[in-house]
Amino acid sequence: MGAASLLIAMLLPLVGAIVVAQFSKNEKTAKTVAMAFALAELIPAAIAWVEYDPNGDRLQLTMVADWIPALGVHFALGVDGIALVMLALIAVLVPIVLLGDWVGRLPAGRSYAGYAALILLMEMCMVGVFVAIDVFLFYVLFEVMLIPMYFLIGRFGGPRGSYAAVKFFLYSLFGGLIMLGSVIGCYVVAQNRTGTGTFMWADLVGALHGASTTTQIWLFLGFFLAFAIKAPLVPLHTWLPDATAEAPIGAGVLLVGVLDKVGTFGFLRYNLALFPQASQKLAPYVLVLAVAGVLYGSLLAVGQRDMKRFMAYVSIAHFGFIALGIFAFTSQALAGAVLYMVMHGFSTGMLFVCAGMVIDRGGSRNIEDYGGMHRATPLLGGLFLIAGLSVLSLPGTNSFVPEFLVLVGSFPREPVFTVLATIGMVLAALYVLWMYQRIFQGPLRGTALVGLAGGPGTAQDPVTSKIRDLNVREMLVLAPLVIAVVGFGLYPKPVLDVIGPSVSATMHEVGLTDLVEGGNR
Amino acid sequence: MTEHVAQATGIASWAWLLIAFPALGATILLLAGKKARGWGHLLGSATVIASFAVGLATFLDAVGRSPEERVRELHLFSWIPVQALQVDFGLRLDPLSLVFVLLITGVGSLIHIYSIGYMAHDQEHRVGKANEERSRFFAYLNLFVSAMLILVLGNGFVTLYFGWEGVGLASYLLIAFYQHRPAAATAAKKAFLMNRVGDLGLAIAIFIMFNRLGTTQYTEVFSRAGEFTQPELLAIALLLLLGACGKSGQFPLQAWLPDAMEGPTPVSALIHAATMVTAGVYLIARSNPIYNLTPDGRLGVVIIGTITLLIGCIVGCAYDDFKKVLAYSTVSQIGYMILAVGLGPIGYALGIMHLLTHGFFKAGLFLGAGSVMHGMNDEGNIRKMGGLRKHMPITFVTWTLGYLALIGFPFLSGYYSKDAIIEAAFSQEGWRAWVFGGAALLGAGLTAFYMTRLFLLVFMGEERWKKLKSADGRDYHPHESPLTMTVPMIILAIGSVAVGFLLSKGNTLATWLEPALGELQEGGHGPIPHEIVGWLVLALSALGALTAYLIHGRKSVAVERPLKVAFPIRAARNDLYANAINEAIFARPGTWLTRALVFVDNKGVDGVVLGSAALLQGSSSRLRRMQTGFVRSYALSMLVGSVIVMAALILVRF
Repeated sequence: MGAASLLIAMLLPLVGAIVVAQFSKNEKTAKTVAMAFALAELIPAAIAWVEYDPNGDRLQLTMVADWIPALGVHFALGVDGIALVMLALIAVLVPIVLLGDWVGRLPAGRSYAGYAALILLMEMCMVGVFVAIDVFLFYVLFEVMLIPMYFLIGRFGGPRGSYAAVKFFLYSLFGGLIMLGSVIGCYVVAQNRTGTGTFMWADLVGALHGASTTTQIWLFLGFFLAFAIKAPLVPLHTWLPDATAEAPIGAGVLLVGVLDKVGTFGFLRYNLALFPQASQKLAPYVLVLAVAGVLYGSLLAVGQRDMKRFMAYVSIAHFGFIALGIFAFTSQALAGAVLYMVMHGFSTGMLFVCAGMVIDRGGSRNIEDYGGMHRATPLLGGLFLIAGLSVLSLPGTNSFVPEFLVLVGSFPREPVFTVLATIGMVLAALYVLWMYQRIFQGPLRGTALVGLAGGPGTAQDPVTSKIRDLNVREMLVLAPLVIAVVGFGLYPKPVLDVIGPSVSATMHEVGLTDLVEGGNR
Repeated sequence: MTEHVAQATGIASWAWLLIAFPALGATILLLAGKKARGWGHLLGSATVIASFAVGLATFLDAVGRSPEERVRELHLFSWIPVQALQVDFGLRLDPLSLVFVLLITGVGSLIHIYSIGYMAHDQEHRVGKANEERSRFFAYLNLFVSAMLILVLGNGFVTLYFGWEGVGLASYLLIAFYQHRPAAATAAKKAFLMNRVGDLGLAIAIFIMFNRLGTTQYTEVFSRAGEFTQPELLAIALLLLLGACGKSGQFPLQAWLPDAMEGPTPVSALIHAATMVTAGVYLIARSNPIYNLTPDGRLGVVIIGTITLLIGCIVGCAYDDFKKVLAYSTVSQIGYMILAVGLGPIGYALGIMHLLTHGFFKAGLFLGAGSVMHGMNDEGNIRKMGGLRKHMPITFVTWTLGYLALIGFPFLSGYYSKDAIIEAAFSQEGWRAWVFGGAALLGAGLTAFYMTRLFLLVFMGEERWKKLKSADGRDYHPHESPLTMTVPMIILAIGSVAVGFLLSKGNTLATWLEPALGELQEGGHGPIPHEIVGWLVLALSALGALTAYLIHGRKSVAVERPLKVAFPIRAARNDLYANAINEAIFARPGTWLTRALVFVDNKGVDGVVLGSAALLQGSSSRLRRMQTGFVRSYALSMLVGSVIVMAALILVRF
């Protein structure tokens, strides 16, 4: 039951994609079918959540089948607490983004069926990379995942979509190919050390244990480069703003909310666990990149004029926090990083969706084309602000706990990097509130809105304006996100309980113990 | 020092309702939106009054216990549990927090009631539709009260931080309540940002505590404060002080508080005078076991308090905006409180005492200012006022009592609380007595000057408004405010008169606070005897008031502020250039930096990446050397395959 749930979670969206693709002429049916499949995905995810025992084995719900026996490649699935929460995030986010893009304006000649099919295909790949426990299978899915996103950006994206899609593809593929070298390298080292080559992650952890630091470093770097491109660390980030800006809103949310997390997940599952000595040795360099990402991403977010590029830079800053948490090697920082991976999906996802609703009304991505919108759309304004507060990690919202954990956990080992990263907290307040001020506060203004409101003369009176506030569908899109933002802010324990033991296991794999022991409670 | 902390039982186990009532009120009002138009203000007030009732019951319950049993904790739930770090969400019910609970819910209730009248009127002529936004206002006020209660009731530094940023959010929302005004929006953002700078200090202090002790809960941190090294103690003390500076508008983070007067007047009274801005004083008093161990840290606190109290007084003398003068007065009075708690065991209780009396008279002064502006078409410029005593008798009398209490008129509240601080400042050793005591003494004189000036320009003299029109072209028809507004003002005025005497008689307050703050110690003798200090304060205050009368009371006041003035006045009118300095050091270089980075990122980083790609190729070839046998050929074919797929995808036309 449990093991099958992961396979079903992978196959269901694939079947969905194939079915939905058949309804390219009938948009209404395509929408219903796509939503049905997206919602159905919640069932295997829920079963996996229930079946998973946080205090049980390292990997659970496992299912192993031979794939390429000659090479020892398996089709093997399984989850730890970290992969499980990501699976849950995917299952929740996909129906939300589908509903969010329900009436999105598709480029001429594109059908909704095609769009939804690609989103579902994305879902299959994303679920796959998180539940794969064979490194080769992981690699294959890691690369295949590029294809639906490539088409989502290129075919359904903005005017510079094809440029952004190619850039995204080249960067990711380049990283992936380097990683392939390391994947094969792992196999070879395992073969040399134990006599049997393997791609199974759990076996590799044992086989690579004690490999020379030099070997580890080279293999580490191959994985690291791919992941540092995926969850972009400065300076490997330039593909993300372009891709995010051109992608349709739903695809953009999945891109920064889930797909990029494959990178940080990879740091945890592959870099730390497979190459502990290399991880320790190279951590200072990674931390430099992480903190640089926090500050650089934040400063660039402050300077953005394009709402969607803004989301990309905000995410780059947050990935910096996550990377800091991962490479600070303490239980609190690691747990914070994992929690951040989930919560960033909700908070930035919600802000992104809200920005999409703004763009939907004004038809422009430029922040300066808006102003004073709160008077016309108080509900959208309020929810945009809630999302923004979550992005700036206000206590009581979901992002506070992970950011606090990352920082408080990193401090004992890396006080200097931690203090530098806290500056990102001030910058976050600046970029969020300034953006909110420019779009929503002050008198109604901006070319995107004044035209709608009926000319400058009547612009002051929102009653006569054509700018409408949220409709029922949009409220349905945002309601689960608000609940997640506030609920996990006040009570993150259910998620922390699930990821805790896996985080401890990762600490054990790295071979480090916490510097700080608990108070005498 | 070991702490005896019992679990709360009986009435005190219901203390979570204190926070739950206003939190629920805020939630209902925000969800109901415009549907709450008819009843939002009633629900909003009822929740805070209910909170006050619970607070009073908890307080009386504590009064009935012996002093050792008055410190209790109420565990609610486990908030952030990760291995060594166990952050509990719980309440600490002790004499210090209960005093704050009464202040917040008591003054809070009065101000909620006042707002029923104030906001009804306010919206009528501002937007042209009555009550439309009043329920949103009450939602934010409720949010504030619940966050402020979390701040003072939380049983650890992380729960404090929760409330700390929560009140920052409420403050942001309320300053920007008139969102369509760009000035309000900018002021709100500025307040939040400067507060966040302070919050960094608080956050890093928490990191240091966790690093050394593995806990952030009060009971453990305080009982094990001796395990910190001396540099750590100093760092924590100064970082907490930074947090206090942000929240309480202390130097160098004071510039946001005057701008915050863009918010509706009840907000200025509750948040930016009586409660939130005093959170910094609470933080330092609460952390007394840490400050007790670091004399250098305390010296830092005293220095900041002294500088700020002087800045507040000086700038307060120069402004012509009713609320901004009061705002700088708040800055200055909180400076006194910070100075007091910085003195350590001889000052903690004095700081809290002044905080309480100030809560009464400053809230009353702000409500009076709101009442005046309410009757004057929202005019805030005191040069356009004058002679209002005849038109608003209740406002006049209540405001005058608050004014006298603030300048320390004998036997009113401020007389007891402020004098005690100045005397304590004089009771130190050597130069400190002269510098800090002297500054506090000078501040008393300046306070009397600017408050008397305000009093004269608003309520006395000729009725300058008769010949003028307001900005929207209407005549001024000053009139007394409705009962919902005057009754809270009357109650606060009574408090301004009596609270100081009641709290200081027989050291009632200091004794009550002992379980939380330790015994109030007597200061040394200092260079001047205490009695003489008391007389000096009176003499200087009288001198300040007299000077104000001589300058502003005898001849007519110009409606336009004179432009040709001496440099000190110009500097004071410009907030002693605090904003200009912030602009030059942070804002402008920051803008340049961001622009430059955006330019570089758009143009340059791609090139760097492509350049380093060549370098990385070297590493992949070294990797290949490790590969053997058929795996290599397999890998090669896969590489080729990938390249073909890649080429195919790129050639697909979009």
